[in-house]
Amino acid sequence: MLRYTFNRVLYALPIMLGVSLVCFLLVHIAPGDPLVSVLPPDATEALRRQMAELYGFDRSLPEQFLRWLARAAVGDLGTSIATARPVAAEVARAVGNTVTLAAFATLIGFTLGAIFGFVAGYFRDSPLDRLASALAVLGVSVPHYWLGMVLVIVFSAQLGWLPATGAGPGGSTEWAWDWEHFRHLILPAITMSVIPMGIVARTLRALVAEILSQEFVMGLRARGLSEFAVFRHVVKNAAPTALAVMGLQLGYLLGGSILIETVFSWPGTGFLLNAAIFQRDLPLLQGTILVLALFFVVLNLVVDVVQTALDPRIRRA
Amino acid sequence: MASAQPAIGTEPPLLEVEGLVKHFPLRGGLLGRAGRVRAVDGVDFSVARGETLGIVGESGCGKSTVARLLMRLIEPDRGTIRFAGRPVGSPELPLRAYRRRVQMVFQDSWSSLNPRLSVEESIAFAPMVHGSPRAEALSRAHALLDRVGLDPRRFAGRYPHELSGGQRQRVNIARALALGPELVILDEAVSALDKSVEAQVLNLLQDLKEEFGLTYLFISHDLQVVRYLSDRVLVMYLGRVAEFGPAEAIFEDARHPYTQALLRSMPSLDPDARTREAPLQGDPPNPIDPPAGCRFHPRCAFAEPVCARREPALAACGPGHRAACLMAERGSGHSRAPGRAEEVALG
Amino acid sequence: MAAPAVPAATEPPAPLVRSPSFWRSVFARLRRDPVALAAAAVILALLVLALFGPWLVATDPYASSVLRRLKPIGTPGHPLGTDELGRDMLARLVHGARWSLFMGVTPVVLAFFLGAAIGITAGYAGGLLGTAIMRTIDVFYAFPSVLLAIALSGALGAGIENALLSLTLVFVPPIARVAESVATQLRNRDFVEAARASGAGALTIVRVHVLGNALGPIFVYATSLVSVSMILASGLSFLGLGVRPPEPEWGLMLNTLRTAIYVQPWVAALPGVMIFATSISFNLLADALRSAMDVKG
Repeated sequence: MLRYTFNRVLYALPIMLGVSLVCFLLVHIAPGDPLVSVLPPDATEALRRQMAELYGFDRSLPEQFLRWLARAAVGDLGTSIATARPVAAEVARAVGNTVTLAAFATLIGFTLGAIFGFVAGYFRDSPLDRLASALAVLGVSVPHYWLGMVLVIVFSAQLGWLPATGAGPGGSTEWAWDWEHFRHLILPAITMSVIPMGIVARTLRALVAEILSQEFVMGLRARGLSEFAVFRHVVKNAAPTALAVMGLQLGYLLGGSILIETVFSWPGTGFLLNAAIFQRDLPLLQGTILVLALFFVVLNLVVDVVQTALDPRIRRA
Repeated sequence: MASAQPAIGTEPPLLEVEGLVKHFPLRGGLLGRAGRVRAVDGVDFSVARGETLGIVGESGCGKSTVARLLMRLIEPDRGTIRFAGRPVGSPELPLRAYRRRVQMVFQDSWSSLNPRLSVEESIAFAPMVHGSPRAEALSRAHALLDRVGLDPRRFAGRYPHELSGGQRQRVNIARALALGPELVILDEAVSALDKSVEAQVLNLLQDLKEEFGLTYLFISHDLQVVRYLSDRVLVMYLGRVAEFGPAEAIFEDARHPYTQALLRSMPSLDPDARTREAPLQGDPPNPIDPPAGCRFHPRCAFAEPVCARREPALAACGPGHRAACLMAERGSGHSRAPGRAEEVALG
Repeated sequence: MAAPAVPAATEPPAPLVRSPSFWRSVFARLRRDPVALAAAAVILALLVLALFGPWLVATDPYASSVLRRLKPIGTPGHPLGTDELGRDMLARLVHGARWSLFMGVTPVVLAFFLGAAIGITAGYAGGLLGTAIMRTIDVFYAFPSVLLAIALSGALGAGIENALLSLTLVFVPPIARVAESVATQLRNRDFVEAARASGAGALTIVRVHVLGNALGPIFVYATSLVSVSMILASGLSFLGLGVRPPEPEWGLMLNTLRTAIYVQPWVAALPGVMIFATSISFNLLADALRSAMDVKG
């Protein structure tokens, strides 16, 4: 087990390097001068050169990459062109908000998804299964940014029960653990939970149905085990894959939160990304993408190791 | 390392194998050397034109690896294979030409056929690869189907999943014959079939052999079947040849203790000849770490200290009959070896 | 070398029994599935809208009018209301069908060919080449798809070509992975070994034996990506990164109508309904296809 973990970590390192390279290159394939957004249109050549030197744009590409990488490794992700604040601080602040949102979304989504999935898998081809499966397909197919809009229309514009935007009263960007702020969390969290709910439900349905069809289950029942005990066995068998899928979904939520955060003006990493793109704030863009992508790589690694630890069959491979 | 005398005819052997070695590296961990599976560890034999050579042995003895090495589906680490006197893969006998003359029938009839191709397309594939026009290849496929006992009008357009195991194996045989080979390797070709179907297919194989003048290399773990088909038999153990010789010699007068144990483990319908105890003791062999000296000695009832020190060479025990056992080797140091009596008498 | 006598005729007599090929039996099974038929009908309707829309709805989707802004559903002359610039919603939705279908399906189609080629090559060749290819793919696979799409689009800038490019790049890695796994399994199957034993070259084997068996599963996987691609493409336009105004792309329409949710909420929600309907139809069809292919042969 230890050897597997070691190998897995070793494998992740070149991936992380590759990811960093892609992040770096991404912003450099952008057409146009990166300084255009910062400089006034009538800037002199001398000013341009000064700014370029400040941001390091005047050096060769490989050199820029290594310098950027070296600084990133110690936590210095540069300075935002738009706000002149350190990128790392901005990202750190935003990550907290996104994690909060994603945590609640996964809580709702995984719970509902697990329930639907188990029900559908246990009562395969019954009306209950059809209902649960239909809900799951709906969950997977809905454009979540549109769902957010609809929820805002119903609960905010029409009924006035819940706020439409922001993380706190008055559209603030600071989060606190009180009911006022919690009200702002409800709609985005529900919106975000729908797709993971669908995916978890569909995966579990197939998994549970497959486990139940295996002969050892028949053997358990024949030996007189109660349905509840059989259920525990099914859960044990489904756990490794189910946890892997959930872990991946969490990763996608963290990385793909931009659409929902845009709809609800939720001050998370997605929102930050949006701003960075439209202001062409390259250091901020680079830093945010890097943090999110690396987070995803580490999450995948953890998921792999946990899945292997739980499933003795995979360990042999 | 001498080849056995051809049992049929006096021409040079059709196939000669010398010093064949194939090891498979194990997937090792990060630290420490990984072991290697010594699947084939020095095998020599020859096959005469027109004969059926049976190769027997338990799982893991290397016989399927030998089949794949002969077909050059995997490359040997060491050793030579000569077909009709020419080295395989050399400019005198390029691989493509070799493959027209040697073909193979696999054990699993289902996975040896492409589920997306119809029966006639599967059979016609090889001739088309070698240049036959499509119509001609399909005609030939139909003729072959007829020859193996499947009505072309009913079977040519069918797909593998619509056929029974026995029918699929017939298709595989037809496919193997499509290029008109001289040597056919049958790797456990009937092992997966029901007994009644197996009998039909065996009879078919006999008929085809006579009609087309084929030479067979019949690999199996089923001694009864091997006895029925083979002119000569070769017994493999743990990657090496344990014994070979004419079929009657092997079955009536086996000299290697492993062969004797195999024969004793054949179930008999005679109620008086019951098996009372397991013919073989000890654990099945491990091809990663074979025992020192004679590989069979840990399970051998006749083992003596010398057996753990010396690996026996193939010693003659009769015309065309050799066994890799110190008991058959004159002056080997084993108490039952020939010549011991003289030593005792003289000494 | 003995061979059976070849009949004199050059054309073999037609066999009396011809079983349906694999795809024909899949299609037959699909025809009996009511859900699949319903989903296919919806997609067909959308296709008709996409191809013939401009002739079916005469109103100009680009004609704006300050006076007729944000009219509700059921307004005479504008059955589905008007948008924030006074343009007819029905016309825009109908014209939008071609955009959304195009942006949703094209990246998957391109990624299918690219990904299948890369994956099958890596899987069949194996060894060092295969590993090198797959490790490179893994680096891109290490990004969450939404993030990668947005990052690429954000870097390249708004516009249809850029959006298509970034979406295609997002879908190539997962398809390549599936292709590689399928090809590796096939490489070890007996019938592929038998083909090698017949003396066939690698390209012939891939063409005749591997492709026929590999493309099926890869295609099924790709169809499950179409709905994701549609939502993602509309999402890019929603963020302002995809199709540019004044084109009537549904995602873009959602973006520009966002502020209208307080004035004319149901009109604002209409484009999303179309995206939803399309996406769910593709998902249901992909599911049905998977079940139809599941039964052996």
